[in-house]
Amino acid sequence: MDPALIHELKALLGPANVLSTREDLMLYEFDGSVEKGRPDVVVFPHTTEDVARIVKLANRFAVPIVGRGAGTGLSGGALARGGGVMLVFARMNRILELDLENCRAVVQPGVVNLEITRAVEHAGLYFAPDPSSQKSCTIGGNVAENSGGPHTLASGLTTNHVTALELVLPDAEIVRVGNRHGDSTGYDLCGLLVGSEGTLALVTEITVKLTRKAELVKTLLAVFDAVGDASRTVAEITARGITPAACEMLDGWTLAVIENYLRAGFPRDSAAVLLLEVEGLREAAESQAAAIDEICRANHAREVRTARDAQDRDLLWKGRKNALGAMGRLAPSNYVLDGVIPRSKLPEALERIHEIGTSAGFRIGNIFHAGDGNLHPIILFDPRDKEQFARAIATAEQIIRMCVSLGGSLTGEHGVGMEKNELMTLLFSDADFDLMRRIHDAFNPDSSLNPGKIFPVSKGCGEIRVGRHSKTAETRA
Amino acid sequence: MTIAANLAARLEGVVGSSRVLASEAELLGYAIEDCLPAAAVRPSCSEEVCEVVRFAAAEKLGVVCCGSRSKLQMGMQAQRYDVALDLCALAQIAHYDEADLTLSVDAGMRLEALSKVLAAKRQFVPLAVPCLATSTVGGSVVSGIDSMLRLQYGTARDFLVGAEFVDGTGRTCKSGGRVVKNVTGYDIHKLLIGSLGTLAAITRLNFRTFPLPETSAGALTGFSSAEAALAFRRELLGSGLPFSCVELFDGQFSSLLDGELGRLKDLGFAPLKAGGWSLYTAFAGEEAVVRRMKSEVENRSARAAAKSFEMLEEQRNEWLGDALRESFDWLRHAARGVVIVRISQKQFATQGPKLFLSNPSSSGWRSALLMSGSGTVMLALLPEEENESGREEMLCSVREILAQGNTGENTAKLLHAPAWVKAHCNVWGDLRGDFLLMQRVKAAFDPARVFSPGRFVGGI
Ligand SMILES: Cc1cc2nc3c(=O)[nH]c(=O)nc-3n(C[C@H](O)[C@H](O)[C@H](O)COP(=O)(O)OP(=O)(O)OC[C@H]3O[C@@H](n4cnc5c(N)ncnc54)[C@H](O)[C@@H]3O)c2cc1C
Repeated sequence: MDPALIHELKALLGPANVLSTREDLMLYEFDGSVEKGRPDVVVFPHTTEDVARIVKLANRFAVPIVGRGAGTGLSGGALARGGGVMLVFARMNRILELDLENCRAVVQPGVVNLEITRAVEHAGLYFAPDPSSQKSCTIGGNVAENSGGPHTLASGLTTNHVTALELVLPDAEIVRVGNRHGDSTGYDLCGLLVGSEGTLALVTEITVKLTRKAELVKTLLAVFDAVGDASRTVAEITARGITPAACEMLDGWTLAVIENYLRAGFPRDSAAVLLLEVEGLREAAESQAAAIDEICRANHAREVRTARDAQDRDLLWKGRKNALGAMGRLAPSNYVLDGVIPRSKLPEALERIHEIGTSAGFRIGNIFHAGDGNLHPIILFDPRDKEQFARAIATAEQIIRMCVSLGGSLTGEHGVGMEKNELMTLLFSDADFDLMRRIHDAFNPDSSLNPGKIFPVSKGCGEIRVGRHSKTAETRA
Repeated sequence: MTIAANLAARLEGVVGSSRVLASEAELLGYAIEDCLPAAAVRPSCSEEVCEVVRFAAAEKLGVVCCGSRSKLQMGMQAQRYDVALDLCALAQIAHYDEADLTLSVDAGMRLEALSKVLAAKRQFVPLAVPCLATSTVGGSVVSGIDSMLRLQYGTARDFLVGAEFVDGTGRTCKSGGRVVKNVTGYDIHKLLIGSLGTLAAITRLNFRTFPLPETSAGALTGFSSAEAALAFRRELLGSGLPFSCVELFDGQFSSLLDGELGRLKDLGFAPLKAGGWSLYTAFAGEEAVVRRMKSEVENRSARAAAKSFEMLEEQRNEWLGDALRESFDWLRHAARGVVIVRISQKQFATQGPKLFLSNPSSSGWRSALLMSGSGTVMLALLPEEENESGREEMLCSVREILAQGNTGENTAKLLHAPAWVKAHCNVWGDLRGDFLLMQRVKAAFDPARVFSPGRFVGGI
């Protein structure tokens, strides 16, 4: 990296907003995934203009740029695969405007997801997308990944809650797309940008929808002695046309681990539980809860209990949302997969995951959004053991291939990033890639922004190029 | 041989003669304003669509895709209109996993036919668009026309999960998938929604389906002033109650609606007959939910000192709901030269009604307003008779409404207008800072500008 660039960045932002020592940079070499990629310099913009100026500088020095929120991403999206300048949005963390009447908030990208809800809950409102990482992940990261969460089932992903964006394009131009209403004239560029994994533009301001709290929320915990019974329950709830607000499944082995650490009130001796939530008008929530209770029991639930009060409910959700962290205590590392299957195939998919794990010699945990068919098998492994690491990666790929073979997809919420870009060929043809690439180039013609993501970079996959800016793509770990 | 006949003959060479229509009588049905294509082609499979598009790209022809053609007049005149690409023969359900509530359907299938299949499984796709009886799935999505159920189910953006389409180079592409949750690759299918056929020929759409509600009902509340009606609307929308529709309309709209309903039979909706402003609410779900909603609306109407009130049980609710859903269609046929402006604004903004009130009916035309719960407003100007002086005055008002409707974050566009109005107005409203990106997106999909050249925003 040219020291002159670092010098100019420091002059632009002040030395406190630029990191360039090896030790500092090492902190930004990882995100929540099993990938790595080190930037050459890390900068902290405070304003949209800062971002535009940084981009201009990087362009002048012909180095790639990558945006980063909290670095909790699980597909390597925020890693500097081609080195270069990393823009960390943590310090652009102001809520700019609350329009409570029209249920909108305008925020900077570094605002932490949960902070939006905290700022509006006094008015009976909340921000619906609720990734389990919501205490730390940023709205900018949510927008880039189109993140979901347990309550995606009824309320949709981030894309359903974003109506406008301010962008800094890779040529440093500042553009707004969408509008407050979510109904701007012309092509839905906002819809395209959400979920584009930071490969089309840097997002510097976001207008989100706020949702009104329901009149009644009921949280149920159904305990099963056989995984098949739990998955058949989910399939039946779906098929009966009941859309709970959330429908999460945790397998028994994982539960025992969580319970040891979190004491959330989960059974230690079950095969699986379903954590279900229904909400809406009192009448609707009550009748749905009754119908779900009946379906659970018909599918041999050993116990179905309803959270007594808000505290009880919060405890169950705390258990669910901190489950991944608890798993971390069992092995040096865990690999959280993210695949999607049609919900009617849930029982079959879980059996296949079990078989794949067994034959690869892994015990695979499952904590996932069962209601929308979004699987999160968790492989525990030791990354220092090269053979085990390679086996974990191969097992993950096998599971994702299985999802695709059942009519599903590669990722439901974590994104493609540099984790699954080579697997994209399982779903997309050369013509699909060509179009995606042309759309990519309409925004990011030199691949200066977040190179080496989403598109396959290995040989033989369409006409793939990592732009003039980037170093050759790093290989895995 | 004329150029047109020559083109038809060559298209026959591409897809076979049974798929090409070229007589003037047949082509009249494909006219956009007074412009006829040289030929219409009805491909029987997506490969044929590719062939036609490749041929058109090579020959630098303009292609306008169409379904039932109920919304073909939307937008501007095409700069080149050589071929009408009629996708109605692509009309199969490719995949329906009722237990997963997902569906993959050919773009040319009619919504009504699709609804029948889904209703047999007690499911539906919430595209409650005007011209429901004839509209195709593809046209409903691509036209971007509003669905009556938007307040509850959102727009197609919220339940379209994937698409297959032929891009401007004549290759079949796809985006998304057939599962309800998916972030694999760019959400390209979102770009197709409301793109007026300027990006691609859509051959298949994948949706999430929804369970049909157990029962439904509605209510009609009449008010003596716009202020009282707006205040009531504000109260209902702010209540958090799960309405499927909250539609506000003025006295002129009421009487047109009453007339429309009267064409079916004399149904005698009292609040409509009384004139003045009315608010229609609809709600659906389990019996207990509907019962609760009824009492909420009834009590709130009484407290709001409504002038009239009628609870609408299933059948009457359906009649009124259907007539409201179709309002775009009957309004545009209510007189010669009708202009319909669509204004999109924040849910609680009152700019739409203000614009309406500040542009009252004049001697030359009457105006009618319908404001949906989501914040979109349909403002119709109906000429009394066509005369030159009335024209000028109306044109001034339309321009004024478009200009004011396009301020700040609000947008206004012409949903329907005669050619002479379109020629003098900005049909799609003002261009914004993102137009350059839109041009680049268009070029990415359709580098040779085959699809509907000139019809969309900024003449894209
Ligand atoms: C314990 C745990 C639980 C999780 N649970 C969930 C879950 O339930 N659901 C879910 O969907 N995800 C989950 N995740 C994944 C992750 O938290 C989300 O993807 C989140 O949205 C990432 O946010 P971030 O701020 O950490 O972004 P980062 O990881 O920093 O970045 C993610 C991507 O966003 C881009 N980006 C960030 N900011 C900008 C910007 N301003 N402009 C342009 N691009 C930008 C980056 O370039 C990168 O591509 C979980 C992760 C962990 C560690």
